[in-house]
Amino acid sequence: MSDTFFTASPHWTWFIIPYFFIGGLAGGAYFLAALVEWFGRPEDRPVVRTGYSVAFWGAIVSGLLLTLDLGRPLRFWHMLFQSERFPHLMFKSWSPISFGAWAILLFGACAALSMLGARAEEGRSQGALAKALSGGTVLGKLVAGVGGLFGFFVAGYTGVLLAVTNRPIWADSPWLGALFLVSGASTGAALLTLLGPGRGASERSLKWLASFDSRALVFELVILIAFMVSLGSVARVWLSVWGVLLLLGVVGVGILWPLRLHAKPAGAVNAALLVLVGGFLLRAVTILASSGIEFHRVAEGAMR
Amino acid sequence: MPEAMGFFTDTTVCIGCKACEVACKNWNELPSEDGGLRELSGDSYDNTRRLDGIHWRHVRFIEQFHGAYEGRWLMMSDVCKHCVQAPCLEVCPTGAIIRTEFDTVVIQSDVCNGCRDCIAACPFGVIDINHVSGTAQKCTLCYDRLQVGLEPACSKACPTDSIQFGTIAELRARGQKRVEQLKSQGVDAYLYGADPGGPLGGLNSFYLLVDKPGVYGLPESPRLPTRNLKPAGALSAASAAVLGLLALVGLRKQRMDDMAGTTSGGTA
Repeated sequence: MSDTFFTASPHWTWFIIPYFFIGGLAGGAYFLAALVEWFGRPEDRPVVRTGYSVAFWGAIVSGLLLTLDLGRPLRFWHMLFQSERFPHLMFKSWSPISFGAWAILLFGACAALSMLGARAEEGRSQGALAKALSGGTVLGKLVAGVGGLFGFFVAGYTGVLLAVTNRPIWADSPWLGALFLVSGASTGAALLTLLGPGRGASERSLKWLASFDSRALVFELVILIAFMVSLGSVARVWLSVWGVLLLLGVVGVGILWPLRLHAKPAGAVNAALLVLVGGFLLRAVTILASSGIEFHRVAEGAMR
Repeated sequence: MPEAMGFFTDTTVCIGCKACEVACKNWNELPSEDGGLRELSGDSYDNTRRLDGIHWRHVRFIEQFHGAYEGRWLMMSDVCKHCVQAPCLEVCPTGAIIRTEFDTVVIQSDVCNGCRDCIAACPFGVIDINHVSGTAQKCTLCYDRLQVGLEPACSKACPTDSIQFGTIAELRARGQKRVEQLKSQGVDAYLYGADPGGPLGGLNSFYLLVDKPGVYGLPESPRLPTRNLKPAGALSAASAAVLGLLALVGLRKQRMDDMAGTTSGGTA
């Protein structure tokens, strides 16, 4: 039996599951928007602006969910500053939850600046800073470049956070960070596919998003298989309702079905909806499958 | 600087009286669960069942019975191991978990914000949230008593000296002597967590056991959670690079298609 079975559950559930999903999605959307900011064409600008909006609101919701999940929410700032020696910074480069808190803050700051630039581009903000950040400027590109990296960091660190514990499934494989990151990119692309047309995204941009999503889904499936193989004997934990959800919900509904839809001419919207469902389920089953394993019950089994 | 202090728990002399549990609850003013209406386990005299935020000591009843008459009870008073390399302290993002001058590990309740990362990091399932304070809590090895030269409440209350308190060096010598004594009597005894070269640099609360660690609900080889940081980080970074490449290839392909379209359009 893996030593991870002798640990206790942290009870991360209904604030953390949507946080992992929204954080990943926001990070993925920003990364794609930043990439198009740097290498796209002028007709791709609506997708860029949509990506910045998704990232900004996603960062805010993520921060709120993370704070609400704390046992003492008003002490959220203890993650950032040393409470006994304020304003000394609190930062541990070896603790994902510590550097993750900083990453969300900086990601949110970049997303806010990028969205300000996007608003200026749409003529909704007039300030000097907004103009300096608007479409295609050097400052706008720089902020997008840094924010895009933070975006991927936020999308992936949640999986690394789970791996840097001693819990079953999470600590039994090094693949969760990669899996969440790829899922974040694919769900980010899916949301941009859904929201883009409403903000004037061109047919060309949507086609690129669909083709990227297809490739990301194949990559996600490969990583999911690597994750399962790396679990070894612990994989039998999936012989449960969570395993059924993983197989049917994540692989079937969230990966294979969208891939089939992407092959059809007008299947992108439905595929995007299914990718979002699959992305949420991936976080839910990963967290709940491990959370259901209670230390004292496992210990009782070992004693017999 | 005081010497490293800790517990040596000789499970062979534990009688399961739970005086340690009561003394711990009493001294640390730990609340009851559900107003004292705790559900009975129904299949054991062990109704505490596990360590958590309001149970910092737990007498584990291990009932190894085969048939009506054949078998034995193993009893172990479990507690935080005060690991020399403490996983909880390693991951704590607020700095709430500290190492004291006695080489023990203490959670500062006024600093902890209840993120619960330490619960997932502890390889022994020791820590949990105290729902009264909203913070993670566990045994402090009676830090307040140690500071004024008193013995921890649990070991003071133990009627059989199953829980012994002292300097780690002295406890290790005592534990080794007891193992030899038991072995001379034909009992297959050994120390769990006493080796400073072992997992987590040794445990400042170590045990004398007479069966496999798993039987007592203890991991064979507890490890630090950060063992996964580098491989997980590297795989994530590599995946990010692959995704970036996939996205760029798509953009480039579109550009090439556009150029091909313009050229063929121009030619036509």
